[in-house]
Amino acid sequence: MGVNYHEYLREKMMPHIWCSGCTHGIVTKALIRAIDKAKLDKNKVVVVSGIGCASRMPGYLDFNTLHTTHGRALAFATGVKLANPDLHLIVVSGDGDAVAIGGNHFIHACNRNIDMTLVVLNNNIYGMTGGQRSPTTYEGDISSTSVYGSIGSPVDVVNLALGAGATFVARTTSYHVQQLESYIYSGIVHKGFSVIDAVSACYTAYGRRNKQRYKSSVDMLNYMKNNSVNISAAREKNPDELKGKIIVGIFRDSIEPEYCEEYSKMVNKIKSR
Amino acid sequence: MADIRFIQGNEACALGAIYAGCRFFAGYPITPSSEIAEMLSEELPLVDGAFIQMEDEIAAMAAVIGGSLAGKKSMTATSGPGMSLKLENLGYACITEIPCVIVNVQRGGPSTGLPTSPAQADIMQARWGTHGDHPIIAVCPSSVSEMFTETVRAFNLAEMFRTPVIVLSDEIIGHMREKIVIPEEGEIPIVNRKKPKVSPEEYKPFKGEEDYVPPMAAFGEGYRYHVTGLSHNEEGFPIQSGELVHQMNVRMHNKIYKNLDKILKNEVYMCDDAEVIIFAIGGSARSSKGAIRHLREEGIKAGLFRPLTIWPFPEDELRRVCSKAKNVLVVEMNLGQIVFEVERVLGCTGVRVDGLFDSSGEPFTPLSVANRVKEIIKR
Ligand SMILES: Cc1ncc(C[n+]2csc(CCOP(=O)(O)OP(=O)(O)O)c2C)c(N)n1
Ligand code: SF4
Repeated sequence: MGVNYHEYLREKMMPHIWCSGCTHGIVTKALIRAIDKAKLDKNKVVVVSGIGCASRMPGYLDFNTLHTTHGRALAFATGVKLANPDLHLIVVSGDGDAVAIGGNHFIHACNRNIDMTLVVLNNNIYGMTGGQRSPTTYEGDISSTSVYGSIGSPVDVVNLALGAGATFVARTTSYHVQQLESYIYSGIVHKGFSVIDAVSACYTAYGRRNKQRYKSSVDMLNYMKNNSVNISAAREKNPDELKGKIIVGIFRDSIEPEYCEEYSKMVNKIKSR
Repeated sequence: MADIRFIQGNEACALGAIYAGCRFFAGYPITPSSEIAEMLSEELPLVDGAFIQMEDEIAAMAAVIGGSLAGKKSMTATSGPGMSLKLENLGYACITEIPCVIVNVQRGGPSTGLPTSPAQADIMQARWGTHGDHPIIAVCPSSVSEMFTETVRAFNLAEMFRTPVIVLSDEIIGHMREKIVIPEEGEIPIVNRKKPKVSPEEYKPFKGEEDYVPPMAAFGEGYRYHVTGLSHNEEGFPIQSGELVHQMNVRMHNKIYKNLDKILKNEVYMCDDAEVIIFAIGGSARSSKGAIRHLREEGIKAGLFRPLTIWPFPEDELRRVCSKAKNVLVVEMNLGQIVFEVERVLGCTGVRVDGLFDSSGEPFTPLSVANRVKEIIKR
């Protein structure tokens, strides 16, 4: 049986603000399927976001939803979770939201290993504000603030998460919808901080300016399809062969002490003294 | 037996928070406020509360809002540089009407300024620091006891009006040690936020009741509503209609400005026959009180008007108290901020308004205040 999306959407909020061809909707549907599969009580789910096109998602979802300030979603979510650890926290962010303005919060949320799931809708651009360069814009690509080509190599969300200590880290794309659902599901059921780098497509503000690669938003999905390399296959290849490729897969899945549990253990210990 | 202690203002603030029902604190260390975080890191676990040190003040303010939405009375504490960072999400708490308490133990500025010395230079920042039209409540303790009681009052006001409340203290009050009698349980009434009485289908999280304040459900209680920093309708969803946006802003303004009788609080000291009235808050009010005693001994009729709620500004009461005075002297540890507000209010009453300003980081001596009073009445 398929998922009844109606059950999870605030349909009176439709139509949504996303452009046709935007793949943030694909990620939204994968998230809904993952939540459904995890059988979470809707009343106990809190979806938090920052600011940007991606961050508009919670408004369309029938949960407790918190649309915060640019980059700060993880910090708000940390407060909610610590104040009531029974709640299931899911954070959705754009790439700018997550690793530019929210970079500090990203690092410390990974390091704290607090039980929540972050889905980065990584479209390599600032969509909402009209296509300015983001930290994940590919080198040489055109954006409205890198009209002669973006300088420097992009931030790798997965490497950043691994380096900062997130205990579940995965990446896939909006093309790989089943894998996307499965990784988000794994992130949700994982006890600890999980990061899913969900590669998304923004033709309006990004693809359109980079016609050498994309003539349409479908091209952007095809690009994801043709250039994704699974992590196990990637291990066999040298760095040159992996240039411009999207490495997908689960990069880490480990169990480490979780922040709220450690806090509650500490409380029990001092109270029994 | 009464619980009598000899403690620091910051410690009294932490104890007041626990007394008021605070069960969540998120902060980032900064002098001269750190003792509040330190003490709460020790006290909160003992009452099943949560404490977290965040990566910066932006995150701390965000976490506090999250904690409050999850149903816990929440607080953060900081000083100048940290207060500047809190402002972003303070505005978010204003527009989303999240009860919470922000303590600013003021130090010298601008920027890193004088980390270990007092100042009162964030008074206007407290009022207007975050962008956009927004009402705010700020309370000003003037003793260790008041660090306790004003923190309790700040929580009560935050809960009553679904709003952030600033405790605007200063390094003098935060770091001084004084005797304090800890109030017994029940001695100070504790206010808890209104909860919705309707079903989730009928609940409008941003629809004010007669007092303009909307009831607030906690996340997880089954109400599943949306919270956004965008201008929103009564259901909490973003709107574009200018008329509705204006209505929302006006209701939020009314929530504070039509409930002034519940918010304002002043100390009026020896003002009945006073010819000169000193206007001062926090640490400066203490030196001013000392000055008034000297002046009275010399036969000069001086009094003190000390707002414990500085925002909203006590316009009517200030006008009433000063109606028979000839002079008002505003004493503040900055280069002149609240004096303009006093001038605005007393502008056409015929009372002459002067100031005594200092940004050296040294508290005023009673003598320096008394001398300034003598100077202005001689003219
Ligand atoms: C403090 C702050 N700075 C800047 C902005 C303007 N702004 C809104 S969305 C955005 C970028 C969004 O890009 P991203 O997070 O990648 O999400 P997308 O829109 O691409 O989904 C910016 C810079 C803001 N809202 N707040
Ligand atoms: S601008 Fe880009 S990210 Fe935003 S809705 Fe349109 S396609 Fe999606």
